[in-house]
Amino acid sequence: MIEVLNFGLAALILGLAVWAIVAREAPAAVVGFIVYGLLLTLVWLQLRGIDVALTEAAIGGGLTGVLLISAAVRLRSTESAFRAQRPAASTRWLAAVLAAAVTGALAICVLALPEPAPTLAPEVLANMAVTEVENPITAVLLAFRAMDTLLEAIVLVFALIGVWSLAPDLAWGGRPGPLQVADPNGMLAYVARVLPPIGIVAGIYIFWIGADHPGGKFQGATILAAMWLLVMMAGLADAPPVSRRWLRWLLVAGPLVFIAIGVVGAVTANAFLAYPQGFAKPLILAIEFALMPTLTLVLGLMLLGAPRRGKSP
Amino acid sequence: MTAGTLFGLCAAVLIGVGLYGLIVNPHPLRKILAFNVVGSGVFLLFGAIAHRGAGAGMGGDPVPQALLITGIVVAFSATALAVAVLLRLFDETGSVTLSSDPPANAGNDSGGN
Repeated sequence: MIEVLNFGLAALILGLAVWAIVAREAPAAVVGFIVYGLLLTLVWLQLRGIDVALTEAAIGGGLTGVLLISAAVRLRSTESAFRAQRPAASTRWLAAVLAAAVTGALAICVLALPEPAPTLAPEVLANMAVTEVENPITAVLLAFRAMDTLLEAIVLVFALIGVWSLAPDLAWGGRPGPLQVADPNGMLAYVARVLPPIGIVAGIYIFWIGADHPGGKFQGATILAAMWLLVMMAGLADAPPVSRRWLRWLLVAGPLVFIAIGVVGAVTANAFLAYPQGFAKPLILAIEFALMPTLTLVLGLMLLGAPRRGKSP
Repeated sequence: MTAGTLFGLCAAVLIGVGLYGLIVNPHPLRKILAFNVVGSGVFLLFGAIAHRGAGAGMGGDPVPQALLITGIVVAFSATALAVAVLLRLFDETGSVTLSSDPPANAGNDSGGN
């Protein structure tokens, strides 16, 4: 039974991916992509990656979808000019042959994977007790491969700096995103008042249980960022100007705390990002707490894009 | 067929579909979208391989799964940066063409903006 469901799921995903590529209008293609992201979440559940499923639902489908759909709507007027430039049939055939060759090569690799599969799961299980966290994914993210997570947090801040640096000169230091004016008694404002208390609790809960159960800072931060964006879209609060000092400090606080704890580890435990015996869990929690506001702000601000208005609205 | 093999093959097709779209669609936003399809295909392939490494009471190898979470977040930040570049190009020129000789009506578009 589950086999049939899996086949159906795979077929739906492939259909939606094709739709996202061939759809005539960009907004329609993006809507297909969002549904595709949500269905991928089900696939991740089938592959027993609950943490990955949560991340895919929150970031892969949700945030990327919102980002692309707002861009697609803004760029709608440019689409007609491109319809005339469809590549020649020969180019399309070559692209199809190339794509089929890549797919074929990958499919052969998938079918030729070694049996039994190599795995690090027993090693993670054997060493997890030292970190005192019970979610193996969190143990990998913040202990065994903490360097990846540190660099990722830095990449996020750098990407946001990149987005901000695209501001026109006049708007530099100003507020990102368009000024939202919504009816203060309308449905959107109502939802933006009722939903955030629930969303904030859910986001913090997902963040807090991340140490021992599926969940964690990325998924929690995405929910918090979504609540923030909802409040801004309803016009109840405006985005802060990017030149605000508190904002900039919060944005770098997470990576700075992470690096500081890493340096302390270099002194007390003989390796950068190593945790001294018995202090692993408190330090992991300290890093997660410091990263949480950084991630929330980065994810939210990245969706708003470059500053487009001056400091005064 | 196990779920790992099925979704591994599905991922291979997704990468092919995305690659085709990346080459054939001239609109930069559609290229970014196609690139995300390729990206999710790569993630899914990696996830299928992680699933094969199930053991020690875990449903999959946690090391690749943790790397996947990192990968998804980094892919989002790259997409956000690409979209921001594209929107700035649009604000600046009124068109988002990537070719060196802009289409004939691009001038009209920029005049209208």
